[in-house]
Amino acid sequence: MSIWKYANPKKFMETSGWLLPYVTVSAVVCLCVGLVWGFFFTPDDFRQGSTVKIIYLHVPSALMAINAWLMMLVASLVWLVRRHHVSALAAKAAAPVGVTMTLIALATGAIWGEPLWGTYWAWDPRLTSFLILFLFYLGYMALWEAIEDPDTAADLTSVLCLVGSVFALLSRYAVNFWNQGLHQGASLSLDKEKNVADVFYHPLLVSIAGFVLLFLALVLLRTRTEIRARRLKALLRREQTA
Amino acid sequence: MIPVLQRDLALAVKGGGGFGLGLAFFLIIVVLVPFGVGPQSELLSRIAPGILWVGALLSCLLSLDRIFQLDFEDGSLDLLATSPLPLETLALAKAAAHWLTTGLPLTLAAPILGLLLSLPTSAVFWLVLTLAIGTPALSLIGAFGAALTVGLKRGGLLLSILVLPLYIPTLIFGAEVVRRGADGLATATPLLFLGGITAGALAILPFATAAAVRINLR
Repeated sequence: MSIWKYANPKKFMETSGWLLPYVTVSAVVCLCVGLVWGFFFTPDDFRQGSTVKIIYLHVPSALMAINAWLMMLVASLVWLVRRHHVSALAAKAAAPVGVTMTLIALATGAIWGEPLWGTYWAWDPRLTSFLILFLFYLGYMALWEAIEDPDTAADLTSVLCLVGSVFALLSRYAVNFWNQGLHQGASLSLDKEKNVADVFYHPLLVSIAGFVLLFLALVLLRTRTEIRARRLKALLRREQTA
Repeated sequence: MIPVLQRDLALAVKGGGGFGLGLAFFLIIVVLVPFGVGPQSELLSRIAPGILWVGALLSCLLSLDRIFQLDFEDGSLDLLATSPLPLETLALAKAAAHWLTTGLPLTLAAPILGLLLSLPTSAVFWLVLTLAIGTPALSLIGAFGAALTVGLKRGGLLLSILVLPLYIPTLIFGAEVVRRGADGLATATPLLFLGGITAGALAILPFATAAAVRINLR
């Protein structure tokens, strides 16, 4: 038993096909529970009123926006080192999901920022780094689209992902230097005793779990689609040459 | 490495196009800005450092697709790749040639264009210094982007989408130094960061560029 056996597309299709319904159902359940609990059964914040409830969309999507890029980075490395096609396709599949998460985080942040800061957008370091992350996602996806040969595309996007990660990290700290922030510091960290008040914290954890599962389900689904598309192309080519 | 550099420089000067085009583009951007924001010199001198940096960055972008494209099309890139010269050195030579024909002229022209935007005299020195330190990083990053898109028919637009986000840290620190210099503040920290980016790009990016060229020549 090792993770590398899923480098075999057939094995991956079997296991992911079996896994996908469970992941999807638990994602839906977690999201429903987390969001309904968060939206309707938590008290309003004493200063922010009910706008605080957007946290159940904002924080999990922001978290997944970054983690999707990390996943792409790991998958790209695996592709470059071990040449497993499933890995390259998983990286390709994760990008549109990641860019959607980034957009959700930016949009909910803007909607949240308007009543609180009096503006939809400020050139705050965190907001700016997310916008930059969005640009990186766009470039990555555009490069995948532009190159026809699938192996060349996988190689070049992987190299871009590696170099892009370095520069994305650099930009993230450069913007800290460039402007002071309106955005609060990290509200969730593993090493703090107390993060957010428990009433908000528990539904937030459920929503985060829901977003993680949703991301997993979408990436599995999209990877399966990519594998099927690859197979279809191979079949068509075989038919043409026959 | 030197012969490749000389060849690229000769091609850039003789072939026309690329060499003067970046400079002309820089001039046009600088001329257009006052029409857009109005001729008040206080306003212009406040935004001049940023405009000059953004202008230099965009002018750099203009000639990037020439770094590898022409050589790829006429097959000389294949010859260069099979020569004993390592591809990493070739990437470095190409970036150096691009800098000598784009970054260096932009750096030298910047103070004159600064006059048009009433750039404070205290900032002129910092502008030239940061452009001299920062534009090599722009050329190195650009060569990487050019290597990624060399196999594509119309890679120009994609190239700018790939490269512009990578330019952000350089722009932030470069423009910050000039802004601080204009206000008479301490400039050491952003200047060191800018130098660090160039040094890091010089150390790492030729390898990434060579890897991308190799993939495209496969």
